[in-house]
Amino acid sequence: MTLNTKLSCRNVWKLYGANAEGFLSRNPSPSGEDIRRAGIIGAVRNARIDIAEGEIFIIMGLSGSGKSTLVRCLSRLIEPTGGQVLFDGVDLLTASEQELIEIRRHKMGMVFQHFALLPHLTVLQNVMFPLTVQAAPRAEAEAKAREVVELVGLKGREDYYPRELSGGQQQRVGIARSLVTEPDLWFLDEPFSALDPLIRREMQDEFLRLQARLHKTIVFITHDFEESVRLADRIAIMKDGEIIQVATPEELVLNPATGYVAEFTRHIPRSKVLTVGGIMTAGSGGEGEPVPAAARVSEVAEQIIAADAPRPVCDAAGRIVGSIGRMAVARVLFGKETAA
Amino acid sequence: MRPRLTNSGLAAWGLVLATILLGWFGRDLAKALDARWLVKVPSSWDFAFNTYISAAMTWLVEEAAIGPVSFTDATRAIAWLIEQPYELALNLLARGFLFDPGPEPQVLLPAASWIAVTAAVIALGHYCRSWGLAALVGACFAYLAVFGQWDSAMVTLASVLIAVPIGAGGGLLAGIWAYRHPLGERILSPVLDLMQTIPIFAYLVPILFMFGFGPVSALVATIIYATPPMIRITILALKAVDPEILDFGRMAGTTQRQLMWRVLVPSASQSLMVGVNQVIMLTLNMVIIASMIGAGGLGFDVLAALRRLDIGAGFEAGIAIVVLAIAVDRLSQAFAERIGQVHHTAPGSWAARNKRTVLVLSLLAVTWVLGRFSPLLLDYPQSQTITTGAFWNDTVKYLNVNYFDAFEAVKVFFLHWFLLPIKKTLLGIPWPWAIAMLTLLGWRAGGWKLAAMCGAMSALIAVSGLWAKAMVTVYLCGASVILATLIGVPLGVLAALNRRAGIAINLLIDTLQTLPSFVYLIPVVMLFRVGDFTAMIAIVLYALAPAVRYAAHGMRSVSGELIEAGLVSGCTKWQLLRLVRLPMALPEILLGINQTIMLALSMLVITALVGTRDLGQEVYIALTKADTGRGLVAGLAIAFIAIIADRLVNAGARGARIRFGLESRA
Ligand SMILES: Nc1ncnc2c1ncn2[C@@H]1O[C@H](COP(=O)(O)OP(=O)(O)OP(=O)(O)O)[C@@H](O)[C@H]1O
Ligand SMILES: [Mg+2]
Repeated sequence: MTLNTKLSCRNVWKLYGANAEGFLSRNPSPSGEDIRRAGIIGAVRNARIDIAEGEIFIIMGLSGSGKSTLVRCLSRLIEPTGGQVLFDGVDLLTASEQELIEIRRHKMGMVFQHFALLPHLTVLQNVMFPLTVQAAPRAEAEAKAREVVELVGLKGREDYYPRELSGGQQQRVGIARSLVTEPDLWFLDEPFSALDPLIRREMQDEFLRLQARLHKTIVFITHDFEESVRLADRIAIMKDGEIIQVATPEELVLNPATGYVAEFTRHIPRSKVLTVGGIMTAGSGGEGEPVPAAARVSEVAEQIIAADAPRPVCDAAGRIVGSIGRMAVARVLFGKETAA
Repeated sequence: MRPRLTNSGLAAWGLVLATILLGWFGRDLAKALDARWLVKVPSSWDFAFNTYISAAMTWLVEEAAIGPVSFTDATRAIAWLIEQPYELALNLLARGFLFDPGPEPQVLLPAASWIAVTAAVIALGHYCRSWGLAALVGACFAYLAVFGQWDSAMVTLASVLIAVPIGAGGGLLAGIWAYRHPLGERILSPVLDLMQTIPIFAYLVPILFMFGFGPVSALVATIIYATPPMIRITILALKAVDPEILDFGRMAGTTQRQLMWRVLVPSASQSLMVGVNQVIMLTLNMVIIASMIGAGGLGFDVLAALRRLDIGAGFEAGIAIVVLAIAVDRLSQAFAERIGQVHHTAPGSWAARNKRTVLVLSLLAVTWVLGRFSPLLLDYPQSQTITTGAFWNDTVKYLNVNYFDAFEAVKVFFLHWFLLPIKKTLLGIPWPWAIAMLTLLGWRAGGWKLAAMCGAMSALIAVSGLWAKAMVTVYLCGASVILATLIGVPLGVLAALNRRAGIAINLLIDTLQTLPSFVYLIPVVMLFRVGDFTAMIAIVLYALAPAVRYAAHGMRSVSGELIEAGLVSGCTKWQLLRLVRLPMALPEILLGINQTIMLALSMLVITALVGTRDLGQEVYIALTKADTGRGLVAGLAIAFIAIIADRLVNAGARGARIRFGLESRA
C-alpha cells in the first residue's frame, strides 16, 4: 500500500438544526451532551480520516450512524457545518462551484444504493450521461461507454432501459456509469445492500476483479461486516456520527477500541478475518511448502491441519518469517478467545 | 388555545336558531321598528368602489408607466406574443392563410383539410397507444365533421393548442422557479391558494379591459385559469424526485441548468404529464366562459344558442365540445402513459422511423394540391352534414307537451319547500347581525385573525351596495351545496362500503367531471326553462364530484384497527357507520364540501345566463357593458364569499382533525 494520501478530512462536523453554524462557531468542539441540549442533530461529529491512494476504505455503522452523511460531506454533496476536506491537497470546501463541477466531472465517481439510474435513458445513454454533460464528442463518448459496459459484463444490453434489468444488472450499470469518466476517487454508498445475498456475493467478486484492474481509491459504505472483511483494506466504524475506530479488519477483531466495536465484530467467524501472519510463531522453522502471511486462516486451515508438522510462513517477498502449526489454527477455528 | 364557553354547544345552537328566526321575520321586524336599514343597506352608505376602480383602471391603461414602458405597451406586447402563434394555428386549422394587401383578401393556402386533420389525430392515437384509441379519436373528429361542427371545433382546437403549451410551459417554469428558490415558493404559494378560491369571473372584467374583446383576452383568461395546478404539480413532482438521483446528477458534474433539464425534469416527467392533462381539462372547461370575452368557436355557438334559447343548436354545440374534450383528454392521457413506458427506437432512416408523420404530411400536401380541383377534399360537404338540432327541439317540445305537469310539479315543490324559504331567510337576516355572526364564527373557528378577515370582508360587501345580490349568491350556492352534499356524501359512503357500487359511482363521477361545466345547463334549461331551480340543478351536477370523492376517500382511510375495535365492542353495522366511520371521516368530508362550495361559486357566471339575480349576473352585465368597476367589485364580492367559506370550512376541518388526533396543533 502506497502511503500517498489521496483524501483526508479534518474535524468535519455536520449538524442539523436551527443555527447549527452559530452553535459550532461558539463551541468548536461540543460534546454529545452539548449537542443534544441545544436540540441539534449531530449527523457527523468531528470526523478525521486519511485515505491512501489505491486503498479500499470502508465506512461501517448501523443505520442512522451518519455514514451517508460523512461520504456526502467528503464529496461536498452536503455542505459540512465545519472542518476541512482535502482532496489531492486541495480544500474542497473552499472550491468554487465551477471548480467543484470540474473535479466531479473528472476525478470522482459515485455508486448509489438504489442505483439512481435515469429511467428515461437506455443503459448506454445512462452510462454515457457523465460524458454527455461534459459535452464530450459523441463518437468518443459512445466508444468509451461501450467499453465500460463490456467491462461490467453487460455487453448486448446497451439498448435496454433500466426497468428491463434485474437489480444486479442495474447496479452494474450504476458501476459502469461511475467509471466512465475514469475517476481517481470512487465512492460507493451501500452499493450491494439492495441486492439479494447470492447476487451480492457475485457483485463483491466482480468489484474485487475490477479493483485489481483499476486500482482506484475507494470509499465504500456498508453495514455488513462480512462484506467489509472481504473487501476492506481498512475499516472505519461509526456510531452516532462519531468515528470510533479506524483499523484493518484483523486489528478490529484483535484489538477492538470499545465494547461496541467488539460487539460489532463478534458474530463473524474469526478464521475469516485473522491472517496467518497474525497468529504465527515468529522466527524460522516448520517444514514443507510455506504459506503466505497475508492469507486468511480459513483459506489455509485445511492444509495446515492435514500436515503433520508446522508449516513455514513467508511474507510477500517470499522470505520465511515464522511458522504455524495445527494448534494455532485450531484455536482460531474452535476457541472462544484468541491470544490477543 | 381556544377559549371554551360553558355550555358552548347550547349557545351555538341558540345563535343559529336566533339567526334563522331573525331571517324569517326580519322584514316584518324591520317594518315594525321602522328601521328598513336593518335589512337593506341604505344606498347613501354605499361606498362608490366601482367609480374609483374604474378611474384607477383608466389611469392604469392610459397613463401608468414604468420609465418609458407604459402599462399599455406591456399588455400590447403580451397580446402580440400570444397572438402570433394563435393566428398561425387558427390559419392552419380554420381560416386558411390569407393574403390581403387589397380590399379583397385572397386565400393563399386554405385551412388544413378535415381529412388530413382526422388522419393526424388517428396517427397520434395509434402512436400514443393503440388502434383502439386511434379509432376513438378518429370517430370523435369524424363526428365533428359529419354533424356540421367542424369549423367551430377547429377554432376551439386552435385556442386549446395555444393555451395548453403556454399554460403548461409557463406553469413548469414558475414551478421550477419556486423549487429552486425558497423565496419563489414563498411568493407563489399564497398566490396559488388565492387563485384556487377566486372564481374565474372575478378577473374576467379586468382582463377584458386590458386586452380588449377578442380571442387574446379569452386566451389570457384561459391561461390564468389553467396554469395554477401545473405550478403546484411541478413543485410537488420535482420535490418527489428520488434524492439519490439528485445526488447522482450533482456527482456527474452537471451545471444547474443541466441538472434541472436533463436530470430532474425527465425523471419527474410522468407526474408532470398529470399536470399537463389538468391544464388541458381546465382549458376545455373554460371554452364557454372564454367566449364571453371574445373566443369564437364552439363556446360561442353554445353561448349564442343559450341567449336565443335555441336549445337544439346549443345542445349540438355542447355535445361537440364534449366530443372534442373526450378526444383531447384521452390522447393526452395516453401520451402521458407512453412517456412512462419503454420504447426502443427502430433502426432505419428518419422517414422509415416516422412513417406516421410522413403519411400525415403527405396527406396534407395532397389534399392541399387536389383541393384546388375538388373542394370536397378540403371541407366536409355542407349538404352531407347531419343536424340533430330539430330532433332535440322536438324532443323538448314533446316532453314539455306531455310531461309539463310532472316537471312543473317537481320544480314548484323544490321552489316552494326548499329554495324560497332559504332565500327569504337569508335576505331577511339584518346585515349587521350577519356580519357579527360571521365574525363570531371566524373567531370560534380560527382565532382573531380569521374573525377580523370575515368581519372586514363581509362589511366590505355590505358597503359596496351588493348585499342583496351577495345574499342571493349565498342562497343559490348554499342551497345547491346542501343538495349536493345530501346526494354526494351518501353516494361516497356507499362507494367506499360496497365495491360494485363503488365502480358504478366512480364511472358516473368521472363522466360528470370530464364534461365541461356548462354542458349541464343545456338539458336542464330544456326541461325546466330559465330560473333559480334550473341554475340549482346545473350547479349541483357540476359540484357533486368532490363531495362524493372526498367522502369515499375519507371512509376508506378510517384505520382498520378502529373498525376492529368497534366490531369487538359489539357495534352493529349501522352503529359502526354512525359512531366510528362517519365521525372519523368528517374532516375529509368537510374538505370535499369545501371543494363543492368552490365549484358552485365558479359555476355562477354561467347560471347568470339562465336569469338568476346574483353576483354572477352582475359580472355578466358588467361584461356586456365593459364596465370595469362594476365587474371588478362584483368579482371581488364573489371572491370574498369564496375566501370566507374556504377559510371557515378549512378551519373547521382542521379543528376536527385535531380533535381526532389526526393532526397536531402546530
Ligand atoms: N436533512 C437532514 N435533517 C436532519 N437530520 C438528518 C438529515 N439527514 C440526515 N439526518 C440525520 O443524520 C443521521 C445520519 O444519517 P445518515 O443518512 O448519514 O445515516 P446512515 O448511516 O447513512 O444510515 P443508513 O444505513 O440508514 O443509510 C440520522 O440520524 C439522520 O436522522
Ligand atoms: Mg445511508
